[in-house]
This record gives sequence, C-alpha cells and structure tokens, in this order.
Amino acid sequence: MAQITVSKLSAFYENKEIFKNLSFTVNKGDYLCVIGENGSGKTTLMRCILGFDVKHTGSITFNGITRKEIGWLPQRTELKKDFPASVYEVVLSGFSGTKLIISKKDKKRAEKNLKLLEIENLKNRPFKELSGGQQQKVLLCRALCSASSVLLLDEPVTGLDSTSQNEMYSLIRKLNKSGMTVIMISHDVERAVIDANKILRISDDGYYFGNSKEDEK
Amino acid sequence: MSFITEIFSYPFAVRAIIAGLLISLCAALLGVNLVLRRFSMLGDGLSHVSFGSAAVALAVGVAPLKISIPVVIIAAFFLLRLNGKMRGDAATAIVSSSALAVGIVVATLTTGMNTDISNYMFGSILALSKGDVYISVIVAVTVLLCYIIFYQKIFTVSFDDGFAYATGVKVGFYNSLTAILTAVVVVIGMRIMGALLISSVITFPAISSMRICKRYKSVVICSAFVSVVAFVIGIILSFFYDVPTGAGIVLINLAIFLIFILYGKIKGK
Repeated sequence: MAQITVSKLSAFYENKEIFKNLSFTVNKGDYLCVIGENGSGKTTLMRCILGFDVKHTGSITFNGITRKEIGWLPQRTELKKDFPASVYEVVLSGFSGTKLIISKKDKKRAEKNLKLLEIENLKNRPFKELSGGQQQKVLLCRALCSASSVLLLDEPVTGLDSTSQNEMYSLIRKLNKSGMTVIMISHDVERAVIDANKILRISDDGYYFGNSKEDEK
Repeated sequence: MSFITEIFSYPFAVRAIIAGLLISLCAALLGVNLVLRRFSMLGDGLSHVSFGSAAVALAVGVAPLKISIPVVIIAAFFLLRLNGKMRGDAATAIVSSSALAVGIVVATLTTGMNTDISNYMFGSILALSKGDVYISVIVAVTVLLCYIIFYQKIFTVSFDDGFAYATGVKVGFYNSLTAILTAVVVVIGMRIMGALLISSVITFPAISSMRICKRYKSVVICSAFVSVVAFVIGIILSFFYDVPTGAGIVLINLAIFLIFILYGKIKGK
C-alpha cells in the first residue's frame, strides 16, 4: 500500500530550480534511502514532505496517515546546545503536535519507546550532557512518539563515532522490521544499500528511483 | 514583623506589591522562553519603545497605557519578524535607541523632563494607580493561564521550533502569543521597574536558574521563585532605605545570579 506518493515534484529556492519532476512512492514498511551530493535537494525534498514553506509544484499525497504523523529526526546542527531539559521532557515533546496535555497513555508509550531504543536508563539525565550518539537516540525516541507509522530521518548518523553509527543503524533497522516505514537521508551510499530496500538518488541531471539491490554503483 | 504591617498600611505600597509580584512572576516565566530562544534583548527593545510611546502619550495628554500597549505589541511583532531577515540583535538595537530618542526629544520639547518622565525611565513604587493594578492582575492571570495551558507546546517550540512545526504545533501562533504577552508585561512592569531596567527582570531569573537547574520544569519554577524573592527584597529596601525600586531589584537579581554561579561551580566539581 502506498503511504506517500510524490508526483512530478519540483522545488525552487529564490526562483532557482533545486530539483524537478521527482516521482516516487513509499509503501508501508519500506526502507527508503535518499542519497545525493550536498546541495542536490535532499533536505528540500524532506521539507516538502513535512509541509514546510517551500516553493514547489507537483503533488505529495498521503494515504492512511496525515503529514503530522510523520516522525521527524532533524539534522543535529539545528539544535541549541545549552538548552536545559531532561531526556524525558524531550521525548514527551514528541506528543505535543496533537495534544495540549500529555496523557497517562502517552507516557506509557514514551516509556515503551525509551525501552525499545535501550535508553530508559537516560530518562532523567539532562539532555545537553549526553554524548552525540545518546542525543540522537533520544531525538529518535521523540520522533517515534510523534509518529504513527512513518519515520523521516535526516542524516541520522552524521557526526557520530563509528560505534554510535552502528548502534543507530541497527536501531533504525529494528524499527523498520517492526513495521515502521523509514525514509532516511544519507550520503553513506554503501551502508544505504545494505539496509534499505529502495533508493532515491537525486543529482543535478535527474534522479534514480528503484530497488536498492538493483542500484548500479 | 512590624515592618510588614507598616508597609501594608500604605495603599500605594500595597498596590505596588500586588502588581509587582504578579508582573515579576510573569516576566520570569516569559523570560525563560525568551532567553532560551535567544530573544533576550526583546524585552529591552520593547521597554524603550514603551518609554517612547509613554512620553508621546504624556505630551498629547492621553493615558500612557492606551498608547503604549498597542504600540509595543506592534513593535514586538515587528522585532520577532525581523529576526529571520536581518540580524535580530541589530534590529533590536536600532528600534530600541530610536524609540528612546523619540521619547526624550518629545518629552524635552513639550512637558520637560519632569518626574513623570523620570518615573518611566527609572521606575517608582509610587507610580501605580488603582487602574494599573487592575490591569496588572488581568495581564498576570492571562499570562499564567496561557503558560499552564500551553506549557507542553511552549516547551516543544522553544526546544526545537522546526520539529514543533513538522509535528503540527502552530509555531506562528505561539510566537505571536509570546510577543503579545511580553509586550504587555513590559508596558505594565515599566511603571515599577523603569524602562531602562524592566528587561533585567525578564532575563535575570532565567539566566540565574539555568546555572543550577538542568531540567526545563525546574528552570521555570526556579525562575518564578527567584523573581518573586528579588522583588520582595527590592521593595523592602526601596520602602525603608529609599533605594530606587527598579535598580534595587536588579542588584538583588545580580546578587542571586552571582550566588548561583558560585553554587553551580561548587556543585559541578
């Protein structure tokens, strides 16, 4: 079942075309890896999907989910380094899109997600004192709380050491195996091909979309 | 305890205490978010705009609040908007000094730099009318209710506005809400604290609390507490030792800040 259908999508920045005529579908349970050079428009595509104010033509349609139900893990650079917040507070903020007050049920779900990502021991720690890898897991947990069935991850392992990278990749794989649709932006092509079942490669002279195993290197 | 009964025997002091406590509380709560979102100087800019508009209002003989509140709200929107397009701090500096200059020129050419003007600049516990107290109570209750009802959303927006937007929080609405509430608190607070000093009661408690608290909720609670304590000590000093109210409160806040830094250092070791 197609959850997200992108058709003939072109995006612009200050009237300059970033990419044009992108068409692809994401089915339930897919693991789509979006790759491409810096500046090829990976992040712009992601912002289009999330509904940010990006000038574009073409359409993105959702089936069985709403746009708000996509769990997003932003790039790490966008965070404030000194913000006082506990891990638990950060994780719970994943629920605040739809709710004014967080219910007991939500808190249970948050606990479950903390356990799933093996970070329940960090629950009461200050977020800013964690290592980069731990912070990414916490933000993944927040995304998981806001997601019904689709996760959108923007360069989730960039800047992490190789142990943390591997942990992160295996957590993402675990989530995908448990039924989550995953869309991951990455420039780690080799790794992308191992875990993902679909590849979207964007470049200045067009794009390639297909099964990862058939992707020509 | 006789000094307490003494203070409460003066209606002006009671008015100043009621309004001051409420405004301190609100300023501290809003301050946490302004500081965390790097809008610390917003309060400063707005207070100068508030002063400028009050001077103009006095010159044309209109009640200052009637002009200041709408003008400062507009300025708040303008400054928050500019934040993306131009360097926010530069915009604030320009708006802030221009408004102050307008105020001084208008005041000097018309009424002269009289006590009213001086009170607006440096604050006074004598300055509050009954009407001001009513407005303070209404503003304070509104701020507190908004803060409690929208607590979770405000946190999410402050921590990561991009994520908040993507997950469906109306970020624009909460930015506007913050701007309006801050504007109103600045205008009312200026009567007691003075235009030049009001921004410090917005930023100081939050900055101090962040030295010793590591969770958002504890920073919020600690800020509220610090703000109220600084106000109470300040007003007592002002009442009994003629220390200027606004300046006294700022110095108490400074003392608390230094103590918290020290405590943070010791605890951190």
